[in-house]
Amino acid sequence: MELSEFIAQIVNGLDKGSAYALIALGLSLIFGTLGVVNFAHGALFMIGAFCAVTLNRILTWSHVVIDETKTDFLGNPLKVNVPYVNDWFGVETGAAIIDWSVPLAIVFSIPVMILVGIIMERGLIKHFYKRPHADQILVTFGLAIVLQEIIKFFYGANPIPIGAPAAFAGSFDFGTMFGFDPNTIIYPYWRIIYFFFAALIIGAVFAFLQFTTFGMVVRAGMADRETVGLLGINIDKRFTLMFGIAAAVAGLAGVMYAPINAPNYHMGMDFLVLSFVVVVVGGMGSLPGAVAAGFLLGILESFASMDTVLQVIPGINQVVIYLVAIIVILTMPRGLMGRKGVMEE
Amino acid sequence: MFGLNKKDTRLMWIVITMVVFAPFILNPFPETSGMAQFNAGYPDLMQRFVIFGIFAIGFNILFGLTGYLSFGHAAFLGIGSYAAIWMMKLLTMNVIPAIIVSIVVAGLISLVIGWISLRRSGIYFSILTLCFAMMAYALAYSVLTPITGGETGLQPKLNDPRIFDAPLAAGASPKANLFGLQMGATYELKLGGWLFVINAGYYIAGLLMLAAFYLSIRIFRSPFGMMLRAVKSNQQRVNYTGLNSKPYTLAAFVISGMYAGLAGGLLVAMDTQAGAERMFWTASGEVVLMTILGGVGTLIGPVLGAGFIKYMENIVSKINSKVLHEWFAFLPDGMEDFLVAVFYPFVGKGWHLTLGLLFMMIVIFLPGGLMEGGQKIADKFRNKKKNDKDDSAQAAATPAE
Repeated sequence: MELSEFIAQIVNGLDKGSAYALIALGLSLIFGTLGVVNFAHGALFMIGAFCAVTLNRILTWSHVVIDETKTDFLGNPLKVNVPYVNDWFGVETGAAIIDWSVPLAIVFSIPVMILVGIIMERGLIKHFYKRPHADQILVTFGLAIVLQEIIKFFYGANPIPIGAPAAFAGSFDFGTMFGFDPNTIIYPYWRIIYFFFAALIIGAVFAFLQFTTFGMVVRAGMADRETVGLLGINIDKRFTLMFGIAAAVAGLAGVMYAPINAPNYHMGMDFLVLSFVVVVVGGMGSLPGAVAAGFLLGILESFASMDTVLQVIPGINQVVIYLVAIIVILTMPRGLMGRKGVMEE
Repeated sequence: MFGLNKKDTRLMWIVITMVVFAPFILNPFPETSGMAQFNAGYPDLMQRFVIFGIFAIGFNILFGLTGYLSFGHAAFLGIGSYAAIWMMKLLTMNVIPAIIVSIVVAGLISLVIGWISLRRSGIYFSILTLCFAMMAYALAYSVLTPITGGETGLQPKLNDPRIFDAPLAAGASPKANLFGLQMGATYELKLGGWLFVINAGYYIAGLLMLAAFYLSIRIFRSPFGMMLRAVKSNQQRVNYTGLNSKPYTLAAFVISGMYAGLAGGLLVAMDTQAGAERMFWTASGEVVLMTILGGVGTLIGPVLGAGFIKYMENIVSKINSKVLHEWFAFLPDGMEDFLVAVFYPFVGKGWHLTLGLLFMMIVIFLPGGLMEGGQKIADKFRNKKKNDKDDSAQAAATPAE
């Protein structure tokens, strides 16, 4: 195997790995703080993607104008849909705003997702702290069904394609940067951006937990909730906000994923199973474990789908993640980086 | 009767009566009336009731008794289906070898998967079973295509070997049968406005469900069942008393896997086709829903849950906005439109929404499922009667709380 091919596969695994890592990070955050196994986390990812769709719909909200300069084939003046943003900001700026609707959706989705997360936690999850994990899985599984059906009711069952800004269309031949032949390592711009965006979010979450007073209290609460509570700190309130942040992380992963994979109502369920596997492989409740396992499994998956590998072990690309997960669960009771004493039964 | 105590015998008789008279019970509305769309007494749906009843009974033996939540049970259903369809392709269209082999194959595979998965418990067990089922699903679509038929699935073909069957007559297609009695054979009974369909396949599946139900009662009441319950309430304590719980849990896993295999085999016996979509993890989730909805750990609950979900899937999903408008036609127009708009998201294509909401309600308020709900209502009535009779006596008898 040539070096360029090797690098190409690693890079290929990064964008899927980033999505796994972001979802798994949120899941681990919820499990680590609240001790709740959230099966509705995939639905939050999906809602994030539909935030991008919604913003796109809002921005392209149009009214019909009769354009006198153009005529249709019968000679009548043509009716054109003109988005309101064009009226307000002028044609060029309006078009640019619509073009950049996905990056703009990041700003739009953060408050929405935090709100969704807080409502979820206060309205439902709160009552399940003391119930067994099986009950938590079941109720959030039910919630996931409800959320995806609501989305299906409003947006229909078909995938809704939504484009990345035109500036990021096309691919980047970055093999040439390292002295490889052209066209050996090429990669779509948007996926590169997705990776860096994911890295940024992950870094931000860790920095927030590590360097702010709020994060310190949350970490203390993760280690020993009762003591922190006895010190007169309202840890519940902070954990609720952490749930909101975890929801926002999943939502942002979804927003940015929308141009890669057209959002449909069941995309959350598709990612849920894999991200759970990622969390368990990384170690329940371990944040670095979740991130590492996300990238690791993403890259493994892309290696397994190489032709040279498939010739030796056919079909391995479909099952490699599950296979690795089974081996890790059986041989490492705490996953790759799990803390001692957390979910070790 | 048959080693059952009085209460269980009564339950068994109720179930027998329900299964035998299902074509009549499920068709309460005359054929021509507007309510006929709520009739569930057609063969296809009744077969599904009993087949998924078997699946849920089996799942309940594992989840209800031992507390191990498997998220990959659909794999055994799928494997049973494939085994059965291969028997139909290779040996005979008679359903007996198909059903027996589907149970055996599903049992063997569940022995392997269970032996590995039961090394861990709790959520790790759930993820392990989920991983195995997803692997089975992915492989059925990719590498195992020669065995599974990939996306097209498998059906009996005209030129299959079928070594035990006489060659097909010209123009005849292979049909699943039991010694010549075709699964699709029906007898239509017309009584006044009512039309009752008596179907051979349904009664064969129903008979097997009764056997499966009887076996599950015996397991629930046996020392073996007691051991499984002990595992559920405190596995550590069981281990400390010097008992190895693994053989018990593994046996429960294999039994429930065989139940799933039987269900898969029966599905094939009824519709003679098998596909990988039966193994997807949402199918595993569905049997969890059925068991929880009906009442986990109860005898009859899972069957009720299975019937309930299949009824919704087939009947509620058929209600569209036109039907809703007909229902509310007696109201003033504005009111009618309003009510239709309110109900529309919950029926027709949106029946999953109703299911999800209902499921959440049950997990939140009635962890014991429909059975617990029924019991609570029954208790209320019973208490009321009792209270009327000897209010003072009871107050004296119960110590202050």
